[in-house]
Amino acid sequence: MDVVVLFFLLGVVARLLGSDLRLPEALYETLSIYLLLAIGLRGGAELAEQPIAAVAPQALAVMALGAALPLIAFPILRRVGRMNRFDSAALAAHYGSVSVVTFAVAVAYLVKRQVAYEPHFPLFVALMEAPAIVVGVLLARSGGDVRSGSINWGATLHEVLLGKSIVLLLGGLAIGWIAGHEALKPIEGLWFGLFKGVLALFLLEMGLVAASRIGEVRRYGVFLAAFGVLMPLVSATIAVGVARAMGLSTGGTMLLATLGASASYIAAPAALRIAVPEANPALSIGASLGITFPFNVTLGIPLYYRLAQWGAAAG
Amino acid sequence: MQTHAKKLLVVITEAALEKLLVRDVRTLGAHGYTVCDVRGGGEHGDREAEWEGNRSIRLEVIADEPVCARIAEHILATYCPNFALSMFVADCGVLRPHKF
Repeated sequence: MDVVVLFFLLGVVARLLGSDLRLPEALYETLSIYLLLAIGLRGGAELAEQPIAAVAPQALAVMALGAALPLIAFPILRRVGRMNRFDSAALAAHYGSVSVVTFAVAVAYLVKRQVAYEPHFPLFVALMEAPAIVVGVLLARSGGDVRSGSINWGATLHEVLLGKSIVLLLGGLAIGWIAGHEALKPIEGLWFGLFKGVLALFLLEMGLVAASRIGEVRRYGVFLAAFGVLMPLVSATIAVGVARAMGLSTGGTMLLATLGASASYIAAPAALRIAVPEANPALSIGASLGITFPFNVTLGIPLYYRLAQWGAAAG
Repeated sequence: MQTHAKKLLVVITEAALEKLLVRDVRTLGAHGYTVCDVRGGGEHGDREAEWEGNRSIRLEVIADEPVCARIAEHILATYCPNFALSMFVADCGVLRPHKF
């Protein structure tokens, strides 16, 4: 198990034992800004060395995957989970969108094992964040019995496209792309050298947050817990198929599987709270942070690596 | 000290609503507002502000009674059904009435 995951577990245990440990809110905010920018910068510098013509079709495939995943989750939630349209659509959007921190843990896993991956992957992270949220909002408003004209698209798209995570990821990508490796050298110490240490500290906080969602998970029962584990497995399997079709390396396949499996807890909650206020946010957050995030960083990521290896072996 | 009677409207709710509420109170006639970050709990559970999805704000507006009433009615109809929200009105006295 990677050392950063141990920090996550410390946070979980501390919270479950009732410790009053708490990271200052401003530090949480600072760490998340740092992580998003650092991931973007690294990806941008690598992107500068890729031919755009080769990356563009991959980017489209990744966005299509992001848009397709909620369409699979939605009917499951409606029919099997018997959830109302709003809750189903909101949950589906969370599970189609991505968690950047889960991605960072997956990258750390590959780096530790010296597995190569497409270095411009952060672009895919940024691109995969928004489509599922838009699809989720459309699903919520697609019923004949609701006020279909009531989508506040201005506020929703503002929240989706100008939310902190997309601005920082795309901003970091742009800076890295414009500057290139050479120009980034003087600031490398902060942005790349400290990355894993900062990720560890952030995961400690995530452990505290995830464990505090346990009550919500209990309240919503077995179906939500099962969905929080099974849906990532379904999404990861589909993502492996897409990655193979895109011609990604084994490392890249594993990262796309992780992105497919991860559930958003920054961009999606913020956008959906405004766009679909009827949905109960405790459900989506409980599943995404209380179940899927811990599952992915502990058991899921090694499993997705296995899946990627099988995918590669199957050709 | 001479004071002028006004109403203080206080709204405690999810931080996700901040931008919308600020826009609404301005449109409905308030001259100003104050927002601060808070944490607490109620019928929607505890909101401990540990991460962005769990933040709460306290929005305060001082205005004449009709303006406060308009804002309160709008909030009751628009946001109360779906958001964690507490709201109350109190009497207050201000020194410079033209500001409110």
